[in-house]
Amino acid sequence: MARLSFFGRLSDTVPSAEQTFSLPVSVRNTTELRRWLSERFMLAVLLDDRSIRIAVNDEIVCEPHGLCDEDHIAFLPPVGGG
Amino acid sequence: MIELRQSRLDAAEALRAFEARAGDAGGLVSFVGRVRSEAAGGTVFGLHLQAYSPLTEQGMQTAADHALTRWPLTALSLIHRIGDMAPGDTIVFVATAARHRRDAFEAADYLMDYLKTEAVFWKKELTDKGARWIEPRAQDYQDQARWALTGDT
Repeated sequence: MARLSFFGRLSDTVPSAEQTFSLPVSVRNTTELRRWLSERFMLAVLLDDRSIRIAVNDEIVCEPHGLCDEDHIAFLPPVGGG
Repeated sequence: MIELRQSRLDAAEALRAFEARAGDAGGLVSFVGRVRSEAAGGTVFGLHLQAYSPLTEQGMQTAADHALTRWPLTALSLIHRIGDMAPGDTIVFVATAARHRRDAFEAADYLMDYLKTEAVFWKKELTDKGARWIEPRAQDYQDQARWALTGDT
């Protein structure tokens, strides 16, 4: 099972900020995951907004990045503290 | 010293602790960031800060290491709140110590620019007109870019 985390503004647009899924066989990389999630949650922003980065197993990745069903995948809108 | 803190941050106490370990540095600079009570979105009654461990701590440590390499600092402190805060609460405490003041000022300025644009945090402002997530402004990115233009970031 893959673990998905949604941060920042995305955490308000999904039913739960932390979710566990079995990835469909059609989802083998981050591009396919963006497309699948955008349809599942009606989240067009995941397709259109490239300022949203993805971390796989706690590392920000260059896309498309391969995925497997044990990965922790996090969606990161632009960051900023202070 | 790097710290992510869920509980209240007392800036005066943090400064006293920093002074105690700053050694004989001639210049100490500290910066305190606090929750505003007014914002473009209305009257603020709260701020919620998310972090993503371990990315947040790793990024803060990398920025601190970079500051220690770039400026001859004798001590550094980087403390950031997460969770729920009220207006007036301290969000961040940054302090630097060096033999000469300019190094301490520049390092503290660099660390705040890093925190504003690259540190892995998300801020949600709660106002009387609703809630909104705050993302860095163009000015914040320009401030951060100064450090790349002037040297080795």
